[in-house]
Amino acid sequence: MDSTQPVSTTAKGPASAAGEVAPPAAAAGVTQATIVKKTAPKSDYKPADVSPQRRVQRSYSVRLWSVRHSRALEWFYGRFADTFLALHPLWKGIGYGRVEAPVKFVEKRVKGLMFDCRMCGQCILSSTGMSCPMNCPKQLRNGPCGGVRANGNCEVEPDMPCVWVKAWEGSRNMTKGDAILNVQKPVDQSLRETSAWLRVTAQAAAVREAAKGGAPS
Amino acid sequence: MSDQRPIQRDENPEGIHLPLEPLPGHTSRGRLERVLRRGEFAVTTELNPPDSADPEDVYNRAKVFDGWVDAINAVDASGANCHMSSVGICALLTRMGYAPIMQIACRDKNRIAIQGDVLGGAAMGVANMLCLTGDGVQAGDQPGAKPVFDLDSISLLETIRIMRDNGKFLSGRKLTTPPQLFLGAAVNPFAPPYDFRPIHLGKKIAAGAQFVQSQYCFDVPMFKTFMQKARDLGFTEKVFILVGVGPLASAKTAKWIRSNVPGIHIPDAIIKRLEGAQDQKAEGKRLCIDIINEVKEIPGVSGVHVMAYRQEEYVAEIVDESGVLKGRRPWKREARADDALVAARLDHLLHDNITETQVDMVKTAH
Repeated sequence: MDSTQPVSTTAKGPASAAGEVAPPAAAAGVTQATIVKKTAPKSDYKPADVSPQRRVQRSYSVRLWSVRHSRALEWFYGRFADTFLALHPLWKGIGYGRVEAPVKFVEKRVKGLMFDCRMCGQCILSSTGMSCPMNCPKQLRNGPCGGVRANGNCEVEPDMPCVWVKAWEGSRNMTKGDAILNVQKPVDQSLRETSAWLRVTAQAAAVREAAKGGAPS
Repeated sequence: MSDQRPIQRDENPEGIHLPLEPLPGHTSRGRLERVLRRGEFAVTTELNPPDSADPEDVYNRAKVFDGWVDAINAVDASGANCHMSSVGICALLTRMGYAPIMQIACRDKNRIAIQGDVLGGAAMGVANMLCLTGDGVQAGDQPGAKPVFDLDSISLLETIRIMRDNGKFLSGRKLTTPPQLFLGAAVNPFAPPYDFRPIHLGKKIAAGAQFVQSQYCFDVPMFKTFMQKARDLGFTEKVFILVGVGPLASAKTAKWIRSNVPGIHIPDAIIKRLEGAQDQKAEGKRLCIDIINEVKEIPGVSGVHVMAYRQEEYVAEIVDESGVLKGRRPWKREARADDALVAARLDHLLHDNITETQVDMVKTAH
């Protein structure tokens, strides 16, 4: 029955590197973190030493352009949200559930291009100077953290400008930029990959109807 | 307060063995909150967490601070390196009657685990909690770990404040006994965006921070600018600010920290001063005392947080030589709510003749 015995892949090191043992203990003056990095198995394929989040995206230029033009985008989004709200009867007529797929398709691509959107489904771009907080490696909704480098770059991604430094700059250009002072709630992970546009519209419509006080329209 | 022994201010008037009752306006039973609200200059420090399962390691490391500090930070895997957990350290420290500040980092735990730890910590007698975002996993010795970051420091503050003040979990479910806590946060005035940092402190206060500990302060003029802005915004009335200070072991260490530890700003002048010294270690200590003497005069500063990583034995000397305690002797055993209960139960186990086998237990139960 020996062949059916489960083999531990953690106690002796990764399964792929047979015979690999845990890195030796650090000597004085060297941190264990350095040792761990140095003793990592060598191979021809060596991915760039960045976090996984950085690997899925291209450059930051479009995202940074959006932050520089946060005021114009704020104005545009205001009109856009009004239009969406005006179309509320249409969305309701077709059914929010049915329009979700096409709206999400467009939203994901447009916001993905402009802001490197991560589809958290609860967009707070107008409160963060048009800099998407989900691009922060720590996904801070109330940043920045204390690890920002002296040149304003990220602690985790040395070549990426801190999302929250940019957020602060962007918010200073906006008319309602002080929304950055609001304490944001934790992300509701169950809303990932849903349309923030439709959610905001439905909520705004509900508020508008409540304001009418149930008066027949 | 009936002061029969005027030296020992913070004790239950009914007897020293009883837990403290929260004073009016206080949110915790802790001594740190009492010291700060009385307007005394507070001293806190950090315990270097052991890589060991031996409780004596924690006791010995805490012992060097006896009589010199008001509270001890139990760090939560600082620098994303694995150590004994802050919950574990707090369990040991509260057992010994110390006043720990339980650090909670959002890197390793989601909101379910964190809220559970808050209740557990408070039940053990932890009166102070410090809410942190935490360093990224890439900084530590386990870069392959999954970074959680379910909450951030500010939403964590708000979560615990809701638990304490509204007696509810984030989900809205009721707590039968809410935790009594003094809530802290960290500030780093030495990292960009510099003009946003004081406003960001305001956000932390709004979320529930009652005291803040700053990152290592080596640039006093920069800190003064930050404090000026915080005073102008009225934040120094709403929060107790403890300045982070610490001795640098040598110019080499200082350079290493500057390039490897995120968020610590060390000006060139400091490194020059260390390099020019005969005994760099002694100069590092001298420098720390000089900085304490400078920052304690800044209006709005309520205390210092002495972080002497691997030089913990210097904390007492630094506090003594800077004279910030003004003759006050901080530490004295703090009784927990369940101390009497535990003592009675242990006594019962030791002295009673109890049936030990389950068969007999069933017989006696009928």
